Amino acid sequence: MSHTLSNLTVKVWRQDGPNAVGRFETHVIESITDEASFLEMLDVLNERLISQGKEAVVFDHDCREGICGTCSLMINGQAHGPQRATTTCQLHMRSFKSNDTIVIEPWRAGAFPIVKDLMVNRSAFDRIVESGGYITSPTGGAPDANLIPVPKPVADAAMDSAACIGCGACVAACPNGAANLFVGAKIAHLNLLPQGQAERYRRAEAMVDTMDEHFGSCTNHGECSAACPKEISLDVIALMNKDYRSAKFKNRKELSRN
Amino acid sequence: MATSTAPVREPVTATATTIKKRKPFLVDLYSTAVGKKYAMAISGLALMGFVLFHMIGNLKMYLGEADLNEYAEFLKKLLYPLAPKESVLWILRLGLLGMLVLHLHAAWSLTMLNRRARPVRYQSARDYQEASMASRSMRLSGIVVFVFIVWHLLDLTFGVVNTIGADGEYVRSEVYANVVRSFDRWPVALFYVVANLLLGLHLSHGVWSIFQSLGWNNPRFNAWRTAIARGFAAVVVVGNVSFPLAVTFGIVSV
Repeated sequence: MSHTLSNLTVKVWRQDGPNAVGRFETHVIESITDEASFLEMLDVLNERLISQGKEAVVFDHDCREGICGTCSLMINGQAHGPQRATTTCQLHMRSFKSNDTIVIEPWRAGAFPIVKDLMVNRSAFDRIVESGGYITSPTGGAPDANLIPVPKPVADAAMDSAACIGCGACVAACPNGAANLFVGAKIAHLNLLPQGQAERYRRAEAMVDTMDEHFGSCTNHGECSAACPKEISLDVIALMNKDYRSAKFKNRKELSRN
Repeated sequence: MATSTAPVREPVTATATTIKKRKPFLVDLYSTAVGKKYAMAISGLALMGFVLFHMIGNLKMYLGEADLNEYAEFLKKLLYPLAPKESVLWILRLGLLGMLVLHLHAAWSLTMLNRRARPVRYQSARDYQEASMASRSMRLSGIVVFVFIVWHLLDLTFGVVNTIGADGEYVRSEVYANVVRSFDRWPVALFYVVANLLLGLHLSHGVWSIFQSLGWNNPRFNAWRTAIARGFAAVVVVGNVSFPLAVTFGIVSV
């Protein structure tokens, strides 16, 4: 049963460029169906702005089915809005009521500079993945399935970590602007699996060191996990800390052998 | 700001590998945020040990003047006559001081790192989901506890702000009398109570954080981590808060 929301006040962050001074712009959405997704609500707003000859609000979006990690938005003080385990594109207007005020801000972090309006540059995440978030394997014919046995609980834990879509909500939600949940997930994903063992400690050290250049530090608030659309657990941060400590020992040993 | 840098290409063959010069192990570890959290956790553990045994030792107050003063004398004679008097005590004191300095330095530099990580704050109100009052006030509670430690030393170790020091001879070894004289002033008693409640708040988040920072994470005991943190904080707070209250309400008096 669809329902129509009326008189929504939308305060949206407008910023012309990375170094421009931004401000909130207030728009009123007189009426919208609660079956519209949050981004469709913004589409409606943008259509109106365009028809009035004004510039549309710039925001990141791509798959609109919650799997690509492109959409972002701080909605009423929560990354990806009020619904848990949900990306902004999968958030629907039924999460709001008529006459609500909705405040929309971009992710804010030093490592995520604003490109325009609500769009931020998250390439700091790419720098981290480049430094070790992969397996250097010689490619060839596809190996037989189950050639390398992986215990079910390990496969499950690795899969839970691999669910990370790299949207940056953890950084946005963290009061310290830390990326530990993202990096923890990337490290846990590969470090739990047999295929990731060869480079396990090199990966842990390289990725944490790269993270250090861009992001803040963890104070165990747990906001990241609460904001994560894929519900990644704080356990990955503990695993990262453990592997980083081990890496500091093991990598030194490896160096002395060379 | 994220700066885009080209990835460093490593030599292709093992024979061409050069040994990267490294800083000494501990310096190397401490230079990163994760390493500083290890320092926070380990120094936190040491300070936890101190607050627990400090509280347990002070319970002697309830056994009377002679018992408490004798306990203070015992601390000076730890391992005596194997070690000279006060030597072990001084080793412990210097160790604690070192741990405190490490804890403060790590907290300071991590706070600065975190500020740099978000130079422009959110312009609208945040709606926190998981962050607790304890976790959000770690810096504040830490600062209050630090100020309290300074006052506490001036009061009951050096006697500078103790009333006995003001109108008579302050004798440090008369621990019981000094404590009672100090807590007989209600603002002082109130400060001790408030500071210890904040210490409890600090511990309730800090003790749990230790497990995360040290990577002690296992489904077998994860459920216990919060319970251990809260339990530890409760034990320390109840013990410590009871002392000024006991003096204020006349349970402990000269």
